[in-house]
Amino acid sequence: MSAAGTPGLPGAAERAAPGPVRHKGGAGGVRGWLDPRGRTIGGRSFALHRLTGVALVAYLYVHLGVLSLLLVGESAWSDFLGVVTSKGFLLFDVVLLFAVLFHGLNGIRVALVGSGYAVRHERALLWAVVAIGAPALAYGALHILGGL
Amino acid sequence: MSETGTRRLRVHRFKRGDGGAHFDEFVVPAGPRTTVLDALRWIQLHADPSLALRHSCMHASCGTCGVQVDGQEELACVARLGDHRGDPVTVEPLANVPVLTDLVVDMADFFRRFGDRHPVLRASEAVAGAQPPDGLDRFVRLEDCIECGLCLSACPVAATSARYAGPAALSAAQRLLEEPRGADRDDVLAWAGRPEGAWRCHVGMECTRACPADALPAERIMALRRELGGREAGARP
Ligand code: FES
Repeated sequence: MSAAGTPGLPGAAERAAPGPVRHKGGAGGVRGWLDPRGRTIGGRSFALHRLTGVALVAYLYVHLGVLSLLLVGESAWSDFLGVVTSKGFLLFDVVLLFAVLFHGLNGIRVALVGSGYAVRHERALLWAVVAIGAPALAYGALHILGGL
Repeated sequence: MSETGTRRLRVHRFKRGDGGAHFDEFVVPAGPRTTVLDALRWIQLHADPSLALRHSCMHASCGTCGVQVDGQEELACVARLGDHRGDPVTVEPLANVPVLTDLVVDMADFFRRFGDRHPVLRASEAVAGAQPPDGLDRFVRLEDCIECGLCLSACPVAATSARYAGPAALSAAQRLLEEPRGADRDDVLAWAGRPEGAWRCHVGMECTRACPADALPAERIMALRRELGGREAGARP
C-alpha cells in the first residue's frame, strides 16, 4: 500500500496529491520576508537588506532613464532639476541615502559573517551598522535638506 | 494541567479534499505551566477529536511536535502558552514544507534535502540494548539535531526557494567535515557548494534562533562556507 492509501478508496486521489506548502506571511515567500511575527532582529535585517537591495536596483534603472533626458535637451534637464530639488523630492533622497547606507554597511556585515568570520559577533556587527549608519544618515539628511 | 483561567487558540485546519485551509477558534483552560501541546490535546479530547497533530516524547527530544505559535517556531510540548501574548494565540503548521493535515507537515520534504550519498546518519549510541521495532534494522540519529524542521520553517531563504538545502541538511554536511565517518570530504564540499547549497544562505540567523537543540545551524553553514571559500581560493591558478 502506498503512503497515500489504497487506490480506489474514497479520498485516495486527494491524499496522493502533494499538500500545500505554507509560508510565513500567508502567501508568497516575499510577503514572508515582511511578516514580523516570530522574527528576530537577524530576520528583520535580512528583510530590510533585500528590500533596500530591490529599491536600489529599481532606482538605478530610474536614474538611467532620467539621465536620458540629457538627450532631449538642456531645457528638459533644467525642468527636471527644478522638480527634483523641491523639498518633497529631497526627502526621497534621504530615503535613498538610508537605503544606500543600510545596504552597504549591512552588506559588509553579511559578507564577513557569511564568509565564516566574526560569526559569533554577528549581532554586535548589526549594532555597529546602526552605530555608524545612524549618524551618517543624520549628517547626510541635514546636508540634503539644507540644514548644513 | 493546573488551571487558573482560559486562553483563546486560533488553530490552522486543513483536510484534504475538504475545501481550503481555514482557522478554528477554541477556548482552552490554561494555567501558568500549560504548554501549547497541552492545549491542543485538550482540544482533541474535549472540543474536536478531528484535530490532527503530531507528538511523541513530550520533552523536546523527538522533534515531532514542531509548530508555529504566533509565527514563531516552537516545540509545542515545551512551549508555554503563557509566553505568548497573542489573543487568540495562533497555532500553525511549520512553514516551507507541505502540510499533510491540520498541524501535521510532510517531513519527507525536510529529509529530501539531505545529501543522500553522505553518511549523515550514525548508529545511535544513546539507548544501549534497545530493540528497534519491526521494519527497522537499527536505530540511527542525526547528531544533536532532533530533525524537528523548525530551522527550515524559520529560514527566510527557504521561503522563496524550495530547492535550497536548508539549515539542517547543511549543518549535517558540516558535521561530516568535522567527523567524516568515511565520507568523501571533497564530495561533501561539492554537494554543499551547489547553487542551492551553503552559498544560498543570506545570514538571517533565524535557524539558530529557532533550533531547540542548540545545534547552531547558522554557525555551521558559515563554517561550511569558510571551508568552501578556502577550497575555491586554493583551486585558483
Ligand atoms: S513531543 Fe517530542 S519534541 Fe515535542
